[in-house]
Amino acid sequence: MKPATRRSLFLVAGGVLFAALIWGFAGLPDFGDFNGAYGQFLNGASTPERATTDVITAVNFDYRGFDTLGEEFILFAAVIGVTSLLRTLRGEREGAPDDDAPGRRVPETSLAVRITGLLLVGPTVLVGIYIVAHGHQTPGGGFQGGVILATGLLLTYLSADYLTMRRVGPTALIELAEGLGTAGFVLIALGGLVFAGVFFENFLPIGTAGRLLTAGTIPLGNVAVGLAVTGGFAFMLSEFLQQTLTKRRREVR
Amino acid sequence: MVLVLVAVCGTCVVLARDPLRQAVMASVYGLVLGILFFVFQAPDVALSQTVVGAVALPLMILLALAKVRFDEEERRR
Amino acid sequence: MSVLPYVVAAWLVFIGLYGIVTSRNLLHLVVCLAVMQSSSYLLLLSIGYIDGASAPMFSDVSPKTKAVDPVVQALTLTDVVVGTTVTALLLALAVQAHKRYGTLDPDELRPERPQG
Repeated sequence: MKPATRRSLFLVAGGVLFAALIWGFAGLPDFGDFNGAYGQFLNGASTPERATTDVITAVNFDYRGFDTLGEEFILFAAVIGVTSLLRTLRGEREGAPDDDAPGRRVPETSLAVRITGLLLVGPTVLVGIYIVAHGHQTPGGGFQGGVILATGLLLTYLSADYLTMRRVGPTALIELAEGLGTAGFVLIALGGLVFAGVFFENFLPIGTAGRLLTAGTIPLGNVAVGLAVTGGFAFMLSEFLQQTLTKRRREVR
Repeated sequence: MVLVLVAVCGTCVVLARDPLRQAVMASVYGLVLGILFFVFQAPDVALSQTVVGAVALPLMILLALAKVRFDEEERRR
Repeated sequence: MSVLPYVVAAWLVFIGLYGIVTSRNLLHLVVCLAVMQSSSYLLLLSIGYIDGASAPMFSDVSPKTKAVDPVVQALTLTDVVVGTTVTALLLALAVQAHKRYGTLDPDELRPERPQG
């Protein structure tokens, strides 16, 4: 089908879709006027019941923790997918990282970039850990902090070279973090089953709101998810980096 | 308002055909979307979206693009 | 004004789909898919918005203050994570397709028709 034909055909069909969507959305409650009973109940009940001040984290890790379990497995499966897709194929071989190879016209990293990157690694890791730990009191949580930690690892690549990044975050450590995080989350859920009779029940003592070590299993869940997400994202990023830097084509005879 | 800005940014992301330009545009779009979520009183989601859409997503696009360009150069040699 | 978020969400679906249909580069296609996914985030959040309410965080205000709906925000958070991982997977797929077939053009990657 010629591109012009495809485009005009789409504009017709897309216009119909757009109109249908608008017609469907017109049935939704007015913007700013939502009366969801579940949400309002949770807003009032989370702080007394679970001693958290961040209702969204309480919903994600306690009231709807089962959905977060599924999300963790999606992350896990996607990492497995990326790894198996970007594996070394038959026509390739794994070589030394290509940062200084002849024929690769990579401009020398400027001193400003290196110094800024090095200076930013420490604060980034600290902010990441803070966001993971305080997920149940302030905005944040396992996922956000996990991605920040993964970018901290990437900053070492930007400010140094590939071998340094490998030394700071070896593949075994990243894989261990990811597996441990996912398994830890499942164990917390099973712990609810073992200790309290209901899968995912919050079985640790609930403290007072505003403190760091309160809210039962929610901080533990945050740490587990933070580990899993850090490992997952760092692994995926390093897989992509490996593709560019170390995979070579085998010479065709 | 921010909503119109989001629509404009989304259109620009689609209309930027070259993946390199699109990666930068996608980073801006992620940032604007994060601001929109903040205006909607959703700080958790805004944090998540900013971290993902402005950092992780353009990074992966650039890495995929680098790999594709590298392959094409090697093929030509 | 009260339907503007929904119109923008529908517009994002339309423009993302347009990008996918008329794309000539697999990487460009994946980013347009991400734009379409972001329309669902927008839709979810704008459903739960309450006029004059603040964020569902109660560290410094009493839990009785009016706040926006937290359930849709939790859904959107999960949605963002899933969207990112799916995009990463698709990018890896695009890289492998280029390695195998040498092209990133969706038109050239079509399966061959059987002869005769």
